[in-house]
Amino acid sequence: MSTLTEAPPPLAPAEPAAEAPRKRGRFTPYWLLLPGILWLIVFFALPLVYQASTSVQTGSLEEGYKVTWHFATYWDALSEYWPQFLRSLCYAAGATVLCLLLGYPLAYLIAFRAGRWRNLIMILVIAPFFTSFLIRTLAWKTILADNGPIVHALNSLHVLDLTNWLGWTAGDRVLATPLAVVCGLTYNFLPFMILPLYTSLERIDGRLHEAAGDLYAKPWTTFRKVTFPLSMPGVVSGTLLTFIPAAGDYVNSELLGSTDTRMIGNVIQTQFLRILDYPTAAALSFILMAAILAMVTIYIRRSGTEDLV
Amino acid sequence: MPVVNWLKRHLVVIAGLFTLAYLLLPNVIVTVFSFNKPKGRFNYQWQRFSLDAWKKPCGVADMCGSLSISLQIAVWATLGATVLGTMIAFALVRYRFRARGAINSLIFLPMAMPEVVMAASLLTLFLNLGAQLGFWTILIAHIMFCLSFVVTAVKARVMSMDPRLEEAARDLYAGPVQTFLRVTLPIAAPGIAAGALLSFALSFDDFIITNFNAGSTVTFPMFVWGSAQRGTPVQINVIGTAMFLLAVLFVLVSMLITNRRNHQKA
Repeated sequence: MSTLTEAPPPLAPAEPAAEAPRKRGRFTPYWLLLPGILWLIVFFALPLVYQASTSVQTGSLEEGYKVTWHFATYWDALSEYWPQFLRSLCYAAGATVLCLLLGYPLAYLIAFRAGRWRNLIMILVIAPFFTSFLIRTLAWKTILADNGPIVHALNSLHVLDLTNWLGWTAGDRVLATPLAVVCGLTYNFLPFMILPLYTSLERIDGRLHEAAGDLYAKPWTTFRKVTFPLSMPGVVSGTLLTFIPAAGDYVNSELLGSTDTRMIGNVIQTQFLRILDYPTAAALSFILMAAILAMVTIYIRRSGTEDLV
Repeated sequence: MPVVNWLKRHLVVIAGLFTLAYLLLPNVIVTVFSFNKPKGRFNYQWQRFSLDAWKKPCGVADMCGSLSISLQIAVWATLGATVLGTMIAFALVRYRFRARGAINSLIFLPMAMPEVVMAASLLTLFLNLGAQLGFWTILIAHIMFCLSFVVTAVKARVMSMDPRLEEAARDLYAGPVQTFLRVTLPIAAPGIAAGALLSFALSFDDFIITNFNAGSTVTFPMFVWGSAQRGTPVQINVIGTAMFLLAVLFVLVSMLITNRRNHQKA
């Protein structure tokens, strides 16, 4: 039984193979890279250029659009939709914090305390991925239903009074409120927090814990001074992997929220697919991208982990 | 206070199991409600037990058609992304070339971009080119966003590979093709398999990018999305439950096989 959990014998650390370049095939790397990189250039980078150009066009669907360097679209879009922007960032931040609080104990449990149950728990974390996330999100409609046991319990424990006062819920329901949307976002992106956390926790040498204990550190001190700092790479990539998709999500807001919980993703989707106001939609999407890239860059710089890829 | 002490010692286990329950609760609900017989069009409230949906999984118009489209797209997207991504991963680990930084960021950026931005920008490209939205535009988009994940998975594996193994193969007069097929590929296989599996799951379950670029083609996630507005048939839960069980079964069987192999080796 233990054979599976034992790590394979460590392979020699990878030397940069380029130090022993092959004599033949000077062009081999370029041939290997060409198709995939071309794909990314044409279907990832080029669309961003097209989107930037669309955002400064004016015109109408019937007469066609022309590039007129109409930057006012950005200003109009921001002044009209800043509440949705702000809301998206708040919801995403809330979901990320919740994911960290919920995900850390589970990752810790799998890494250090699960023993022979480790593989089983890992499977249980990953397996829900194979049920379409839309079906699983719809299940939250049942779980948080107005007359369901959870809302009933929250109500009798007066938790809803507190969340009502905070503006997270309204009346006697959880569905169609910000709380439901954040709960759905947390649920949907939790595995993206757990897996990187687990990877970085698992690398920690168990002897470090013993050493801390031998030096009279209490368990909590050991966690604060040894375990948590060593798991920082996992915390950083986990928070990024949750925050980024959560900020652009519109599924949870649409399925579990109401018109008062619309996020920026909902606005972009409606503008693009229903109202067909392409310049506004492109400008909004561009602002979202710029905001997220800026935040991610600052975050990575400040946390000092550059090796995310 | 032995109880308090016990709680203190096992606090992390209790919290972890609570999270696990939070993660699995929706799957339990999906499974239970696949045996429901709802009154109205929506399957959100328990009425009474019934096997109807399991007996007729394709009893809903268009659902199994959308499932087959999703499967086809997932298979082709997995194949395309795995081949292209593996090639890139090998080039990145094994060779020295120009513009390395630019290529690395081109691979990293799609993973650091909100899906809705990629979806919207790709749609502007297709609209500008006048492309017909449908199966092919979905497939193109799926290969695009799966590619980076394959590169990351394969790269990690190839990097941890001992280069001396290949040198040994060459010293034993294996040609480059033979070395690649007999030594390199088998060692890299777990990484490639992980990348392929991830691609399949990502493609099969993708909604946001597909929603923008599908035209009138309906994949399974889009069918579910549409039914959330029109009425959710119980059959959706049947498919969700079956997929969950298949995944668990698949993992258990592959674990058993590795386990047995390891025992034989030992």
